[in-house]
Amino acid sequence: MKLNGARIIGRSLVEEGVKVIFGMPGGAITPFYDVLPEFPIHHVLVRHEQGAAHMADGYGRASEDVGVCCATSGPGALNLVAGIAAAYLDSTPMVAITANVPTSQIGKDVFQECDITGITLPITKHNYLVERVEDLATVMKEAFYLARTGRPGPVLVDVPKDVLLAETEFVYPKSVHLPGYNPTKHGNMAQIKRAAALIGEARKPVIIAGQGVIISRAEKELLKLAETTGIPVITTLLGIGGFPESHPLSFGLLGLHGMAYANYAVHDCDLIVAIGMRFDDRATGKVEEFAPNAKVIHIDIDPAEIGKNVRVTVPIVGDVKLVLERLNQEIAPSSHQDWVDQIAAWREKHPATEVRESEKLLPQLPIKTLYEVTQGKAIIVSDVGQHQMWAAQLYWYNEPRSFITSGGMGTMGFSLPAAIGVKLARPEKEVWVIVGDGSLQMNVQELATAVQEKVDIKIALINNLCLGMVRQIQDLFFEKNFVATPLTGPDWVKLADAYGVPGLRATKPEEVRAVIERAREIEGPVLIDFQVETAENVYPMVKPGRSLGEVLVG
Amino acid sequence: MKHTLVALMEDRPGVLTRVVSLFRRRNFNIESISVGHTETPDISRMTLVVDGSNTVVEQVTKQLYKLINVRKVSDVTDDPTVDRELALIKVTAKPSTRSEILQIVDVFRAKVIDVSPNALIVEATGQEEKINGLVAMLRGYGIKEMVRTGKVSMVRGMGATRETSGAPASNGNGVAKALNSES
Repeated sequence: MKLNGARIIGRSLVEEGVKVIFGMPGGAITPFYDVLPEFPIHHVLVRHEQGAAHMADGYGRASEDVGVCCATSGPGALNLVAGIAAAYLDSTPMVAITANVPTSQIGKDVFQECDITGITLPITKHNYLVERVEDLATVMKEAFYLARTGRPGPVLVDVPKDVLLAETEFVYPKSVHLPGYNPTKHGNMAQIKRAAALIGEARKPVIIAGQGVIISRAEKELLKLAETTGIPVITTLLGIGGFPESHPLSFGLLGLHGMAYANYAVHDCDLIVAIGMRFDDRATGKVEEFAPNAKVIHIDIDPAEIGKNVRVTVPIVGDVKLVLERLNQEIAPSSHQDWVDQIAAWREKHPATEVRESEKLLPQLPIKTLYEVTQGKAIIVSDVGQHQMWAAQLYWYNEPRSFITSGGMGTMGFSLPAAIGVKLARPEKEVWVIVGDGSLQMNVQELATAVQEKVDIKIALINNLCLGMVRQIQDLFFEKNFVATPLTGPDWVKLADAYGVPGLRATKPEEVRAVIERAREIEGPVLIDFQVETAENVYPMVKPGRSLGEVLVG
Repeated sequence: MKHTLVALMEDRPGVLTRVVSLFRRRNFNIESISVGHTETPDISRMTLVVDGSNTVVEQVTKQLYKLINVRKVSDVTDDPTVDRELALIKVTAKPSTRSEILQIVDVFRAKVIDVSPNALIVEATGQEEKINGLVAMLRGYGIKEMVRTGKVSMVRGMGATRETSGAPASNGNGVAKALNSES
């Protein structure tokens, strides 16, 4: 049967199991919207295309499947860019569909034309400009295959309007033919045996677990590795949730604002078992002095990550789950109690961040209280800044995909739209947004989307009337020269009300618990304006250019 | 140290852009690039000269592999290879200097392929050093214009740089070898 390009996209989405897409119509993409109601796909109408990209990102991270967004040519496609880049840096499986001006007009600078494949070249796993309708089904098949296999990532498919309207016979390919793409899944057995031997010899080993554990669904294998060997587990920011934080072998978060004891452990260890992580600069501190005495076993599906930042003793390219399954067969039961006790002693001396006693409402308090009220069972979607670090430190996560944040790109404005995607992917879960006043303002228009879609997300606004993380940098390193960081925000309760979202407020510590409980009783989106102290800095902190061993505890 | 890499990639629109954009984004310092058709239709071949440490060259290789349209990347630096570059050099040649120039061209086994009253175009093929030597000799006479293709390389003997089943060469032991050579 002959179908036009727009219907071919619709049919392909159905073939790929897509149930929700996030987008906004526009001139060039109208043919697609014209046929969209023919397919069992729910379209979420966003208020800004950046919101669509973050929603697809949130959906992709929470659902273990591909998030899909779409936008029209020119400005529509361009507005996706920050969101696509965030997904790329954090390895989210995502397909972005954009329309473009008709093929005959490409390159003529016509209305709403832009070279979106050129623009997204460095921020996509791959992208396509589809010039013939005959190629469209194959491209869709490949796009989803690339997005979800290997190291996942965003793939963009740009379809000129005339290709959306042109017809061809629709045959959805059963398989892909990509000779240049063949990710290594099974780790090299000789390397795995070498890794097992190193693990057997180590006296002060640590496991650093990254998001690869979660993407590969290897939580059980990681747990087995840790429990069999007695090796303490530290996570990266995106690795949070891959190992239960209530576990006795869990020693928190690594890096710039990680726990002091986690950083001391990594700095002092003699072996790092790095699993599905990429030694990001925010995790390593000064890379030349990172873990100076450690040998490194690095397991990752992306060979380019191995040896990129840190010298590796035993590289293992492969899918984390499959590699850990084999590694677990090679290791002998052991224990490192002295070493674990040492880290615990460091923890005793410099415990994890707690909320200080104060008559003022400190920004950490709502996050800690949220943890207590939800008993750690909510999915937390955080934005970017001080509140993000507190959300990582003060809420304890025991399940994979329960902490969702823009890590690598640090894209402000991520949390509200991402949470809408998360909630649609996991409707059974309680979903909380933790966001600052700077970040929320960046995509606040998506409150309208949440209302229109009746998405039940709760927003904890940590409102400190400033761009807090930048203020902290100014406070510590720029002689308190607070340029362009104070914010005179809107009246958030009134703003929420204008969008049809119930707005609550807390200004004193004793109001925090009640207002959270009140928000949980209300069905649908709720915003809580926590008016908190401005002059609060995030600790622990590794200063720029310093090693993890020099972490400041406040 | 200079490394010579050979990459096989799909010959379709946009692939060269992907490769070049990658070098810029990753801040790789590429000395020369030469691209052309191969014995296989739809596959083009690139010879790259990269100046950098083994770690940098390993990253170039791995990042190239990540491009979906790149089929194979080989570092042929330590292999016995035939290396050639072609140059066209337009040099000022007055009647008084012409015979000197022709002698130089002859010594370098280059060819004169165009003659006009006040200029010659010289075609030279050979290794980079030879071309550099010729250019140095001709510079004194006044080089009006020059174009060089950049190096192309081929491994000697029966072995051929062909696309394999697509498995990354930098898995497991391959990576270990490259990394150990650093330490």
